[in-house]
Amino acid sequence: MKLTETEIEIAEILEKNARLSNADIAKMTNLSIDETNKIIKKLEEQKVLVRYVSLVDWTKVDGHQGVTAMIDVKVTPKRDVGFNDVAERIYRYKEVKSVYLMSGTYDLSVVVEGKTVNEVAHFVSQKLSTIDSVISTTTHFVLKKYKHDGTIYDEDDHDKRIVVSP
Amino acid sequence: MDLKTTYLAKHVKELKPSGIRKFFDATAGMKDVISLGVGEPDFVTPWHVREAAILSLEDGYTSYTANAGLPELRREIAEYMQDYFSVSYDPNHEITVTVGASEAIDISLRAILDPGDEVIVVEPCFVSYAPLVTLAGGVPVCVQALKENQFKILPAQIEEAITERTKAIMICSPNNPTGSMLNQEEMERIADVIISHDLLVLSDEIYAELVYDGNYTSFAAIRGMRERTILVSGFSKNLAMTGWRLGYVCTPAEITEGLLKIHQYAIMSAPTMAQYAGIEGLKTGREDIDEMRKSYRQRRNYIVQSLNEIGLSCHKPEGAFYTFPSIESTGLNSEQFATRLLHAEKVVVVPGNAFGKSGEGHVRCSYATSMEQLQEAMKRIRRFVETL
Repeated sequence: MKLTETEIEIAEILEKNARLSNADIAKMTNLSIDETNKIIKKLEEQKVLVRYVSLVDWTKVDGHQGVTAMIDVKVTPKRDVGFNDVAERIYRYKEVKSVYLMSGTYDLSVVVEGKTVNEVAHFVSQKLSTIDSVISTTTHFVLKKYKHDGTIYDEDDHDKRIVVSP
Repeated sequence: MDLKTTYLAKHVKELKPSGIRKFFDATAGMKDVISLGVGEPDFVTPWHVREAAILSLEDGYTSYTANAGLPELRREIAEYMQDYFSVSYDPNHEITVTVGASEAIDISLRAILDPGDEVIVVEPCFVSYAPLVTLAGGVPVCVQALKENQFKILPAQIEEAITERTKAIMICSPNNPTGSMLNQEEMERIADVIISHDLLVLSDEIYAELVYDGNYTSFAAIRGMRERTILVSGFSKNLAMTGWRLGYVCTPAEITEGLLKIHQYAIMSAPTMAQYAGIEGLKTGREDIDEMRKSYRQRRNYIVQSLNEIGLSCHKPEGAFYTFPSIESTGLNSEQFATRLLHAEKVVVVPGNAFGKSGEGHVRCSYATSMEQLQEAMKRIRRFVETL
């Protein structure tokens, strides 16, 4: 679909900070609040704005650390539906956070989160690898997140400028 | 023995310290301050530009460069001037890389002024213009761009200030502190005055890339003006490189020859690692500049509308990252407003009179700060204005 420059700008603003009020976004883009509301509603309906999320650093919270694994999955594509069918089988599990179709030596990249390594291992061996078209899985556990979705965790971002300058 | 009376030069003793300094001192030790008083980007220099400097250090480029700057950097500047401002400069004879635009202004003035020569300084303006004229032995003649003209100087005002000692005019557009920008037609009319009186223009074009409405025109691109323009610019504002101290001055060879002598004796050459960073910035910094500009534009729109809603009327500046709202409705003068706002709500703004007479009745609010800080600042300023 084709979006106007303003619609794109609003999507970009919200992508960076979804907590800005529509009134502030209206000011930033020089629109009336009504126009802004309308554009945001349209973008939501078209699923351009899919969902508003927060980036939470759970490693800071005791008892919520959890584990994340990135799993390379090789599959046999099916006639007519290609990879979509098996991707759908996989992404329906709530343990699965992301699924991407990849170029290269494997087909699907699956991100899985669980409370423990065992939980993830159980999911891979009992659920993921038993799906018909899945040929093989290679599981990589994430040891530490440095940067996620463009945001650096624990960045020293304090203002280093002097308070007044000409 | 009083060192000051005995040894300090008379003209230095008489030089007034910058009005901004006072506010800087007043904030010392204060916590939870939100500053709209900063005259520099809130972005950190793009990583690939920083990396270029780091690599130059790793490779051992730690010696002087040619006085005028690295030839490659001058070539990049020439190309940039041609591509973005349609003015052509010979990188070998017309471009000098300096320690910030500030040095460029200083050596330009020193190169052209004989004792007693007058320079017309358009105010409100950056705090250093008039003092630098004085230090170069000249006489600053200040003319006031007025609020009712959106802080754009009128050709007639310049004409009135011209005497037979006038040698040059100093203009900064987009302007610090007002954010106003002259359009091409307005510049052409000013150029007519400059040409008819045989003057030079020292054009501070440091904010040329930070323009949100309309098209930017360089003074050197105005017909008949290339030979009369000393074009000063730099990397501080567009690439968020203030601390690197890297600027340049483009002007015809005859003038370059003069100012280069001063640069040669006083400075030698601009910092080498900064020059390597500058090359990277000009070569591949386009996307960074576009992204920063977009972000400034959003914040400008936000702050202008917010200030007007609060009752501090403010024109919509075309460029730079400053708004210059009128605080006359509060009944305070600009120093009172800034001081009381600081103590009541811990928000720093700079009183407009620090930038010249016609800045009185206004304060400079920089929007080069995060949206979250701007939102909080607007809340505090509203609360402050309501208590008056």
